[in-house]
Amino acid sequence: MSDVAIELDARRLFCPMPVIRLQDCINRQLVGTRVKIACTDPGVMNDIPTWCRINGHKVISSQEKDHEYILIVEKGKDGD
Amino acid sequence: MTRKAVALISGGLDSLLAARLIQQQGIHVEGINFYTGFCVEGHTHAIRKKDRDKVKRNNALWVAEQLGIKLHIIDIVEEYKDIVINPKHGYGANLNPCLDCKIFMVQKAYEWIQENYFDFIITGEVIGQRPMSQRKQTMPIVSSESGAEDLLLRPLCAQNLPPTKPEVEDWVNRHLLKDFSGRSRKPQMALAKKFGFENYAQPAGGCCFLTDLSYSVKLQDLWSNRGNKQYEIDDIMLLKVGRHIRPEPAFKLIIAREEGENRFLTGYKGQFQTIKTVSHAGPLALIEGDSLSAAQLELACAITARFSKGREADSVELLYADHEKDSRTVRVKPLPAQELPQEWYIA
Ligand code: SF4
Repeated sequence: MSDVAIELDARRLFCPMPVIRLQDCINRQLVGTRVKIACTDPGVMNDIPTWCRINGHKVISSQEKDHEYILIVEKGKDGD
Repeated sequence: MTRKAVALISGGLDSLLAARLIQQQGIHVEGINFYTGFCVEGHTHAIRKKDRDKVKRNNALWVAEQLGIKLHIIDIVEEYKDIVINPKHGYGANLNPCLDCKIFMVQKAYEWIQENYFDFIITGEVIGQRPMSQRKQTMPIVSSESGAEDLLLRPLCAQNLPPTKPEVEDWVNRHLLKDFSGRSRKPQMALAKKFGFENYAQPAGGCCFLTDLSYSVKLQDLWSNRGNKQYEIDDIMLLKVGRHIRPEPAFKLIIAREEGENRFLTGYKGQFQTIKTVSHAGPLALIEGDSLSAAQLELACAITARFSKGREADSVELLYADHEKDSRTVRVKPLPAQELPQEWYIA
């Protein structure tokens, strides 16, 4: 299991922009790569896991702290 | 050989049904969703506190999950400006350039299928469903001006239109497609029931803020007062938030209506002059307009104080800050209600 390879700052962006940032980043990575994304729109707690489910990626962790939402996502086999 | 189609997914029922009809014919379907900056999805529930507790779901993602398909979300904010500013086919009832918008999105989808080796495009359009973009005469315009031509299939009304390549080549069976037309939603609802779809989104006006009268008035006001029709993403986001009050052509106030909007507007402190009540609980206001005279600033403060808990007080103290640089306190008498004319509200 690899550690986080890339960190994205999607704070102050509104959905679906954080999802788009994550998608455009993940699409360029190899399977198994982990990407960490920091957001302020609470909608990401729903949208990013949904996006991961339908595109075959995995949410490794998600947490909220002081109105910030941090998710770590691992690129799956199906997603390219 | 499995044929592949890309479906334009708005998040509404029609695109959900159109995609399912094609999936049922053994076609591999993936979804594409365009983010213009005006989409109803997302923002407002993220901003307003009262909406924060509602289920936050992105309908396009929800639709894709129902269908079990991949969804590609594409940021077209920059390119889309030209469509909003200069629509060749004009606007609808408000500032919605629906026909140009449709053509543009199908054109982008056409580029996408070429890059990704897909065979055709599907949309949830229905003849006569929407007054501007979904009329019988406009259907061929969308097909030809987008460049997609007969690779654009509308499964919900295909039987009312000339056969497209996927039908002619027998990739799909035309007899299994639909002949919906008109404004009635009943056939769609019956089909949704048959497919077992529930809890789908039913947007009233359309898929974006440009169909909204109050939003369009604010956008028009922004353009008129700037003397040109340009906008940045922050401009169009701010039009979705707060009370917009323009006492004079030279400046406009954006005043938060509640805590969530206060927090949202706080993020713009570095880009705007701001006013915040300090002696009483009250909203944050952004000032849009440069070099205000002392009298104009006092008026701006008096209006902001009007929306604070000190509205009945003899005087209210406020903090004025210029792009987070200089700041000073100002003391004013809140503007009495009768001195705040309705015409100052932009809505
Ligand atoms: S409602 Fe908005 S997004 Fe939908 S077709 Fe019209 S302009 Fe485009």
